[in-house]
Amino acid sequence: MRGGVSLRYGVLVLLAVMILVPFAGIILAALHPPGSQLNGLSIPDQWSWENFTLAWERGNMTALMRSSLLIAVFVVPLSVVLATLAGYGLAILRVWGHRTLSFAFVMGLTLPIELIVVALYFNLREVGLTNSYVGIILAEAALFMPFGVYWMQTHFSNVPEELVEAARIDGARDLIVLARVLVPISWPAITTLSVLYFMWSWNQFMLVLVMMQDPDRRTAPSGLGLFVGEHTTDIPLLGAACLIVIAPIVVVYLLFQRSFVSGITQGAIKG
Amino acid sequence: MARELTSSVSPPRAVEARGGGRAAHPPARSPRRRGARGWLYVLPALAVYLGFAIWPALNTLRLSLLTWDGILPATWAGFGNYVEIFQDSALYEAILHSLVLIIFFSFIPIGVGLLMTALLMGKVRRGMTFFRVVFFLPQVLPLVAVGITWRWLYSDAGVVNQFLDLVGLGAITRAWLGDYQLALVALGLIGTWVMSGLCMMLFLTGAQKIDPSLYEAAKLDGAGSFRQFRHVTLPGVRREITVAGVITTIAALASFDLVFVTTNGGPAGQTNVPGLLVYRLAFNEGDIGGASALAVVLTVIVVAVVSAVRYFTRDES
Repeated sequence: MRGGVSLRYGVLVLLAVMILVPFAGIILAALHPPGSQLNGLSIPDQWSWENFTLAWERGNMTALMRSSLLIAVFVVPLSVVLATLAGYGLAILRVWGHRTLSFAFVMGLTLPIELIVVALYFNLREVGLTNSYVGIILAEAALFMPFGVYWMQTHFSNVPEELVEAARIDGARDLIVLARVLVPISWPAITTLSVLYFMWSWNQFMLVLVMMQDPDRRTAPSGLGLFVGEHTTDIPLLGAACLIVIAPIVVVYLLFQRSFVSGITQGAIKG
Repeated sequence: MARELTSSVSPPRAVEARGGGRAAHPPARSPRRRGARGWLYVLPALAVYLGFAIWPALNTLRLSLLTWDGILPATWAGFGNYVEIFQDSALYEAILHSLVLIIFFSFIPIGVGLLMTALLMGKVRRGMTFFRVVFFLPQVLPLVAVGITWRWLYSDAGVVNQFLDLVGLGAITRAWLGDYQLALVALGLIGTWVMSGLCMMLFLTGAQKIDPSLYEAAKLDGAGSFRQFRHVTLPGVRREITVAGVITTIAALASFDLVFVTTNGGPAGQTNVPGLLVYRLAFNEGDIGGASALAVVLTVIVVAVVSAVRYFTRDES
């Protein structure tokens, strides 16, 4: 019995080490003196923090981080509000054709971004929305819409019907029912959706790579993807750049760990 | 992108089940009028979705039938672009590569995820949260950063070779992502590293919903922890296995970020995947028709494979 438990822990620790070694590798690499040649995992002779400043400057990180934040700050509320309104319309108001509509949104969950990105570039170019934050924000909102609508709709359809009816008997109109009754009891679901949207917006790569040619307005991951091409051999510098780009998302993950996980798992399974 | 495709294709059941409940609402206003005004709530989301996702998707269909460089007037190509995909060995192989990646992005992570679930169930209480948080961590990182990290781990002087030297396998060390035979496998294993935690988290959620009395019954019948897992947990997470299969398969077929930063298709096209070629054809080579046709073929494969996954893991009952 005892042996079984230690075997379990042994395998668990082994798996955890395999997950964590890449992180240890990149952190140790980033602490080596700039430009030094590395051989596998090695403790630097002296801890050197300059790589972070260097990566920040050479990687144009002020601009990249600003773009990433700016895009996320618009995408998250916009998508959450639109998805909430649509979820309400589909689940509670049950608009004419709500089943077809739900199906149309859910269909979008399987479409790969490759199907959209080529034509989207030329469509947006026609209306002058390439190289623009507005174009990226709207495109991301559209990409995330299937999940958000599905998420809010499922959530609202699990709200007890009596709550909505009681409010209606008190004379509340549609918008009041949503704002005063449904939204206040839905904060957990809305928070989770916001956290997921933030992650997807922060990590989005292909869309930004295609739509944003201006190097000063690229997002952190897309800037990093091109930075690696210019500094292939300077591992300490690349390591520091990677750590800068993943830091915000790791912080969000650790802070919102619970809603994060419940979001991804429930969202995937509820269907 | 593939990560947000976290769902199966059917509309939520709860919504359908409540469809009949409409009559229960107080008849203050006619349902028809309410239905019409309700559209105002759906319309903004629908407009953004149609305008920036569905409209371009339909346009990709149209572009796939043209010969166009993005600048000069387009000419009609009919199905020429599609014929080319299956005749051009590079395009054809890219599709095969993405199918191979399913093994590493989907099959192995589902296996590892089940192992993690088995290890975290039952007796293990101490450190459970720690392991869950760590196993899931790769799933939240931008794949670009994951790719850059692994590029270094796999390099000549990287950690993978350092480890092999250490355990006496120094003879097989190489620059893994540059190896003609093994680059695709090496790339795939990065996917395994990323996806296993996601599978685990899905299975754990499913396993928590299993009625504890089933485990009690199995114990009374003398089943050890392995047989309990085999006969209670495994059937109990069947649905979650389907979901994991769908999500990871889409991630494998539509992969782009990882390949772009690790191998960029090399060596000699051995890790080309459709996503990479769609990007390259459209934005480096100016073959918009070809890129669009490949994107359409990729989508058809995604839908076909996802349907197959759902069919083969369907609930018999």
